[in-house]
Amino acid sequence: MAVAAELVAEAQFVEHRRGFRRRWYRTPSFVAGVTILGLIVLAALAAPLITQHNPTDQDLLHTLAGPSRSHWLGTDELGRDVWSRLAYGARTDLRVAFLAVVFPFTIGTVLGLVSGYYGGWIDTTTNWLVNVVVAFPFYILIIALVFALGPGTRSIYIAITLVGWVSYTRIIRGEVLVAKRREYVLAARAAGLSDRRILFRHLLPNVVTQAIVFACSDVVLDILAIVTLGYLGLGVQPPTPDWGRMIADGQTFLTTHWELSTIPGIAIVITALGLSLLADGLADLLRPE
Amino acid sequence: MTEPLLRVEGLRVEFNLARGVLRAVDGASFEVRPGEALGIVGESGSGKTMALRALVRLLPPAASVTGGTVEIDGVDVTAASEGQRRELRGRTVSMIFQEPMTALNPVMRVGEQIAETPLVRLGLSRRAARGRALELMSLVGIPDPKRRSRAYPHELSGGLRQRVMIAIALSADPKLILCDEPTTALDVTIQDQILKLLGALQRDLGVSLVFVSHDLAVIAQTCTRVAVMYAGQVVETGTVDAVFHEPRHPYTLGLLRSVPDFDSVRDRLSSIPGAPPDLALPPAGCRFHPRCPFVQDDCVGAPIPLIDLRADGTEPVSDPTGVRHLSERATRCLYHERCAEDARREPVVARA
Amino acid sequence: MSLTGYVARRLLHLVPVVLGVTILCFFLIHLVPGDPARTILGNQATDQRVALLRHDWGLDRPLPVQYGKFMDRVAHGDLGTSLFYNVSAGHLVLERLPVTLWLIAFGTFLSIAIAVPSALQAATHRDKPSDHVVRAVPLVGLGFPPFWIGIVLLLVFGLHFGRLFPVGGYGSGFFGHVHSMFLPALTVAFTISPILIRSLRASLLEVFESDYITTARSKGLPERRVLAHHALRNAVISTVSVLGVNIGYLVGGTLVIEAVYALPGLGQLMINAINQRDFPVVQAVTLAFAVMVVLVYLLTDVVHALLDPRVRFD
Repeated sequence: MAVAAELVAEAQFVEHRRGFRRRWYRTPSFVAGVTILGLIVLAALAAPLITQHNPTDQDLLHTLAGPSRSHWLGTDELGRDVWSRLAYGARTDLRVAFLAVVFPFTIGTVLGLVSGYYGGWIDTTTNWLVNVVVAFPFYILIIALVFALGPGTRSIYIAITLVGWVSYTRIIRGEVLVAKRREYVLAARAAGLSDRRILFRHLLPNVVTQAIVFACSDVVLDILAIVTLGYLGLGVQPPTPDWGRMIADGQTFLTTHWELSTIPGIAIVITALGLSLLADGLADLLRPE
Repeated sequence: MTEPLLRVEGLRVEFNLARGVLRAVDGASFEVRPGEALGIVGESGSGKTMALRALVRLLPPAASVTGGTVEIDGVDVTAASEGQRRELRGRTVSMIFQEPMTALNPVMRVGEQIAETPLVRLGLSRRAARGRALELMSLVGIPDPKRRSRAYPHELSGGLRQRVMIAIALSADPKLILCDEPTTALDVTIQDQILKLLGALQRDLGVSLVFVSHDLAVIAQTCTRVAVMYAGQVVETGTVDAVFHEPRHPYTLGLLRSVPDFDSVRDRLSSIPGAPPDLALPPAGCRFHPRCPFVQDDCVGAPIPLIDLRADGTEPVSDPTGVRHLSERATRCLYHERCAEDARREPVVARA
Repeated sequence: MSLTGYVARRLLHLVPVVLGVTILCFFLIHLVPGDPARTILGNQATDQRVALLRHDWGLDRPLPVQYGKFMDRVAHGDLGTSLFYNVSAGHLVLERLPVTLWLIAFGTFLSIAIAVPSALQAATHRDKPSDHVVRAVPLVGLGFPPFWIGIVLLLVFGLHFGRLFPVGGYGSGFFGHVHSMFLPALTVAFTISPILIRSLRASLLEVFESDYITTARSKGLPERRVLAHHALRNAVISTVSVLGVNIGYLVGGTLVIEAVYALPGLGQLMINAINQRDFPVVQAVTLAFAVMVVLVYLLTDVVHALLDPRVRFD
């Protein structure tokens, strides 16, 4: 009896994966997203190889210079190479953003699983926590938290975790509420499988797809948050390059050298576009037929 | 011979699907005279709903009319512009739908919805339109109209909602009402009430009805003439009396036989063997032939046309205006005699 | 159930949330690593000052007592005293509130003005070029950092095109406000309209498949009336919910937009307070923002109930 239940769940899980493998290259949004994101990630990883200067090297004799052979995108107000700062900025911001998604994802998924499955006071308390966090505007809470914790990347991780788990919990909880009435769960329970086994071996693989899709767009949100914090001077601390910081620094020279503020912004937009396309493509692919 | 109010000839409706073209309606022809009630009966997938919708061009986006002519009140609808068709809708022809819960706007009060056509199409003032709505509500038997007109659809029972739909359909004094299975979603007792209402209204107001249903009893109760549809085609037409007592198409016979009869005792529930065909690839020749007990060799060949069954066997008379009138009694079966014999031998009990 | 009954029920549900909000605000200070008082005052402060502050804020008492004192003060409208200005933080908040409210209201108005026609156009011309353009907007638009949109708008309209709009400040009088706030409000609108457009377009497409639209068409009504009276009236309901859910994002965006345009609102107050390490003010502004958002949620619920008669009957 238990074996039968396991087989059913297994079969459904495999069905999901098979569908994905078959269609991924035919989904334009997925392909486009992976391409764009791939290029940017590659550039970030290969930053030392594709740049001629250190992003923190100042050259006070050649500040605010235009594009040249030595400086492909020119220099900023402290004579630093803009292209290097852009590439290394990608490194910093992407690394922090991707890492920052992991904790909320994990915590939120577990909370969602548990509160959706067991209901009762666990569910009520979780919902209350969700409502409380959601009552704060996203940026406000993050900024307040980073302020309290002190600027720097460690605070960013903590702040994003404390605020970001909410979306995952909601999504997973919603999926669990629907899934726990499905036959394969009822069969597993009738077979006497332990709750933990049901939760993690059976429910989780089937409900986690929505959370994965959301995680992609969540990275976008995180990038925006990190850059905003950078703009306000609260996030990644100089001299580590950060796109938000670059935009802030460049704002003083908006009238004369508007490219200093514009170029990092374009980089952000393209990165976000790649991630959004990826999210859309994943959503299409992972949608149960 | 009075001019028909509605004339449909050779109607074809196609769906453009990923896997190909599906002919939901492939050659439907029927007529309705003023003050007459025509029933269109068939199972799901026979094309009856699509044929009805095609009359006023209210088809789903993937479907389109690809052939045939439809004439309503002298206007050639098939050749008309969308603007001309819209002119006809609501005023000359109106529709009643199957599921009143979804067919009524959930955020508008029912009184407003009934008053809408008079307000917008007839140019009545708000007050006059509201008054008309109340009148109509009384006419269709809604108690306490003044209070009920302020209700929202979800606050009313199924029967009341359907009465609201009927009121909406009558609101601009149409000449023809198209009914798409209006009682299918209702309880049997309410069904009866609504059918009696429709019958009374039809007689008192002299409106023509086209009544689509899969339920033979309902058609028999409400209509005087009937067209039977199978696999997208009209396979038999005639008066309800003639068709139900002496069916001249094996499908009709099968349908009649499969209705459970509580008055007489039989060995088992009779049903038509097989299943309706895939409309993307219909059978050659007569579409019913794979399931027909009387099938012969020449049933599987060229497509069978509608055969005129006038008593004297002469050619259909065309009237001075040059319009060819569709027959009163027709069938698409080459062996309709055999069918009628079978029906006489083992009579199908007529339902009241 | 009447409207007031509904509102009362919603308010009741909000009480535990508001309580939770105050707890979270209260806890902010305890997140500060090390000794909060010293961290806030900086290393230059004398031990005396630090001890005074600690006592003042009750940091030497047990947690529940601290919370009790905190709630007591809040209930009396005392949100702490600014370390920098030495006036009541609550007073500062109230002073700056109108500007932020203006920005939120104007921004919401503009976002609706942008979203509704775009979504209508896309939904009624499905899969045609205009639909593709409109669908691309949320895809690309959600990747724009709000402050960057502000900077670009500033660049284009404020500085280049004949200085159409002032580059900062609040202006005076109603039309002065409208003039000064136009670019910031437009920035706010650009942040939130992608979400609205996507949601409204999807709603409209769903509504178009509904039976009651067929009924409306069977009445021979002009297409414009079908769209306005039947389709839109139903589609906006879910969009109001979406707007409500995203209001947190909209309000949060105002903070950084105020920074870009140097508007004297709550956001700017918070940023200054952060730079000046003025903890009580940061806490007060955070609390104020949360209360605002909660009230907006309530407002959206009420609007939703007004628009959808089915709501009150569950």
